[in-house]
Amino acid sequence: MANFIDRRLNSKNKSTVNRQRFIRRYKSQIKKSVSDAINKRGVTDVDTGESISIPKKDMSEPVFHQGSGGVRDRVHPGNDQFSPGDRIKRPPQGGGQASGQGEASDSGEGEDDFVFSISKDEYLDLLFEDLELPNLEKTQLDKLVEYKTVRSGYCAEGVPSNIDIVKSLQGSIARRIAMTSSKRAQLKACEKELEALEADKHDHIKEVKELTLEIERLKAAIAKVPFIDTFDLRYRNYAKEAVPTSKAVMFCLMDVSGSMDQATKDIAKRFYILLYLFLTRTYKEIDVVYIRHHTQAKEVDEQEFFYSQETGGTIASSALELMVKVMEERYNANDWNIYGAQASDGDNWADDSPLCKKIMLKKILPKARYFSYIEITQRAHQTLWHQYQDVADQCGYFAMRHIRSVEDIYPVFRELFKKGEQSAA
Amino acid sequence: MTKRKPLDDSPDWTFEKLDQYQTEIARVAAHYRLDTYPNQIEVITAEQMMDAYASVGMPIGYNHWTYGKKFIQTEQTYKRGQMGLAYEIVINSEPCISYLMEENTMTMQALVMAHACYGHNSFFKGNYLFKSWTDASSIIDYLLFAKNYVAECEHKYGIDEVEATLDACHALMNHGVDRYKRPQKISLDEELKRQKEREEYLQSQVNSLWRTLPIKEESADKKRKRFPSEPQENILYFIEKNAPLLKPWQREIVRIVRKISQYFYPQKQTQVMNEGWACLWHYTILNHLYDEGLVTDKFILEFLHSHTNVVAQPEYNSPYYSGINPYALGFNMFMDIRRICENPTDEDRRWFPDIAGSNWLDTVHFAMENFKDESFISQFLSPKIIRDFKLFQIHDDEKNSFIEIGAIHNDTGYQKIRTALSNQYNLSNLEANIQVLEVDINGDRSLTLRYVAHNKVPLAGSKDEVLKHLHYLWQFDVKLVEKKESGEEVEIGRCPPKATPVDKAS
Repeated sequence: MANFIDRRLNSKNKSTVNRQRFIRRYKSQIKKSVSDAINKRGVTDVDTGESISIPKKDMSEPVFHQGSGGVRDRVHPGNDQFSPGDRIKRPPQGGGQASGQGEASDSGEGEDDFVFSISKDEYLDLLFEDLELPNLEKTQLDKLVEYKTVRSGYCAEGVPSNIDIVKSLQGSIARRIAMTSSKRAQLKACEKELEALEADKHDHIKEVKELTLEIERLKAAIAKVPFIDTFDLRYRNYAKEAVPTSKAVMFCLMDVSGSMDQATKDIAKRFYILLYLFLTRTYKEIDVVYIRHHTQAKEVDEQEFFYSQETGGTIASSALELMVKVMEERYNANDWNIYGAQASDGDNWADDSPLCKKIMLKKILPKARYFSYIEITQRAHQTLWHQYQDVADQCGYFAMRHIRSVEDIYPVFRELFKKGEQSAA
Repeated sequence: MTKRKPLDDSPDWTFEKLDQYQTEIARVAAHYRLDTYPNQIEVITAEQMMDAYASVGMPIGYNHWTYGKKFIQTEQTYKRGQMGLAYEIVINSEPCISYLMEENTMTMQALVMAHACYGHNSFFKGNYLFKSWTDASSIIDYLLFAKNYVAECEHKYGIDEVEATLDACHALMNHGVDRYKRPQKISLDEELKRQKEREEYLQSQVNSLWRTLPIKEESADKKRKRFPSEPQENILYFIEKNAPLLKPWQREIVRIVRKISQYFYPQKQTQVMNEGWACLWHYTILNHLYDEGLVTDKFILEFLHSHTNVVAQPEYNSPYYSGINPYALGFNMFMDIRRICENPTDEDRRWFPDIAGSNWLDTVHFAMENFKDESFISQFLSPKIIRDFKLFQIHDDEKNSFIEIGAIHNDTGYQKIRTALSNQYNLSNLEANIQVLEVDINGDRSLTLRYVAHNKVPLAGSKDEVLKHLHYLWQFDVKLVEKKESGEEVEIGRCPPKATPVDKAS
């Protein structure tokens, strides 16, 4: 007796919960792996998941079991050369055993890492857990800046190119059925009658003739109903719908004067990567503009931004001015969500700092969704920091933080984008 | 036997075809007196098979990270093509659930049905270990109860707490088995009813054991009473009943893990026999169908191809060698028993006077019902099998720089090899022999375990981690001593470690 059950359509992800438990348990290790991975990526390379590796010894499931050594007797198959009493040099460890218990973990050796991949979403979720995009809500409510044409049903009038053939023919069939049904019924009745008369032994010449005529008349009437009529035509209808813009531009501003060394730039790079990843969670289309400056600002590509070295003094306002210029030329604040991130070691020509504050308040912040300033330095703050502090006091979506070393990046980033409150420094 | 029209042998299976084949297989199985639980045959996809792998063959399991880990591992090795999935998984339950993979061809499905639904199934129903240790009718209910109970605990006490408890239990799972005592069977309803009572009762028992007020002074007799009076092999059972500070729900979880461990215990002891028996029957049944003309040449050739792969035994120096293949050994031994019954040689008459020439069907049934791997091998491993496999025994003494060939497949070696191979399947030699020795009930409440080495094999380094888990459950000091051959007992582990650094770590 047997009972067959087709389980193929049952949900296949029976192990999802267990998988999540696993990720939950090793969150700290996985997170470490994730943040290590950031460093290896380009700023805009976010379309892939990440492969995670965890040291095997961290996740062993220990049990009491026998170790190596002692006296053992094992039986093996396939003797091809041995006689009783033969003595053989002991082969190197690890060969020739493995008891019947399958993979009873032979702890000690084989400390490979446990490597597995997480999906892009899992990766980003881990990275941005509990974070919220600043000012997002406001943007969506404020500015419905794009229109999209969307389908909205059918209508009876329109241009020929929008005719929907299937709908129209459905209408045609329906109309024809409706207009001919009574005649078809009559036709059927007549034909039946005619059949009955012809089957009769007696002649009914006159009736037959009349009936034949009637049948012909009905058939002609049915045939007259047009195959398609203007009444049948249906046109696809379109409507315009306002959608919030899904475009964002991110300005990366960085000081590349002599005082910024590669280590400092790497810290800044991490920060930009995080910001970029973060934006991709919300926006479909993201432009990144890299502006580097010493005494003069210049728009550059990513490679140059991070890796070419220049020296000189520092005038931060030059970068801000260039940003304003680029915004005016290419990124209209009505179409684009503008985000800015500036990294610096805090050095600036003292007289320039008030100017920075002015540009920031007057020209940038009114148009930007968010602007963050990070200062990467071990030393005391200088004028730029103090000027920006005034800005931060006045403006809720300007944020600034101080980073001392690489480890600070992530916490600072989290702090900047903490859920719930728009923390002004 | 009159030839009948053969069954459709096109490679794609359909449910009608499955049913036809199943009916024929069932008929032949009955002809060979295979007594089975009703079959529930479920067709699943590869992904579902991986789910089944991850839950170590339990159709319903409580949630735990280790299953997630196993799933990720399986998924990865499978996706990289490093591993094929099994054709089937069968569960010792009533009705007996077998999973068939969607990808199998019709021939494979027939093989799998004969193998799992009639071979394994009849083994589960007939073998004495399964009969006395597991209750097929209640296991699904029990697993469901366990899953819900664990989920409820997670809800009430938090995932972390439950996870830590389960981790600790899993570490001791192999020592949560009654090897000699037989458990009573109970149903789910009873289990639920009892569980409530047990929680309260157990706690009260524990409380009385740990009562801090001295009842009477007689406990301070000259002869200090030991607790437990005899060493206990079932560590989890001991914990469940006696750990001083466990919460009632934790005791129940210890119990759940212990029960599941007990459920799998017979399977560990009958790998060779169980697979051998199943292979014997898929081979015999399908060949029987072929002899009747019910399956075609095409079918039987595909079947033989798969069958040969399954029962292949790579030799010791082959790169594919990973120990003795239980399918190969078991299948050949059962086939050999049949040969000894039907065509005994003089040698067989000397070695197996009882069975040589007897009815083969009676004999294989007798063997299936009354043995486990260890005893099956020491009873039925014939010189012919030893010769066919070219078995040889290696004696490996740590003290020597060499290993020595102890015996090979010749007259003087047969008996030695048989004994050695039998020991190789003796779980009590394979698993570390650790027992609860003593609890200092009147002192610091420390728990002492004793390890008795088998053949001087030391305990592996993971012991310290396990002791941590044990300490989590016991919550007072835990000590592990090893009984040396000289009889003295040496401490080899302790949790928490002594405050002062231990001078000589053994």
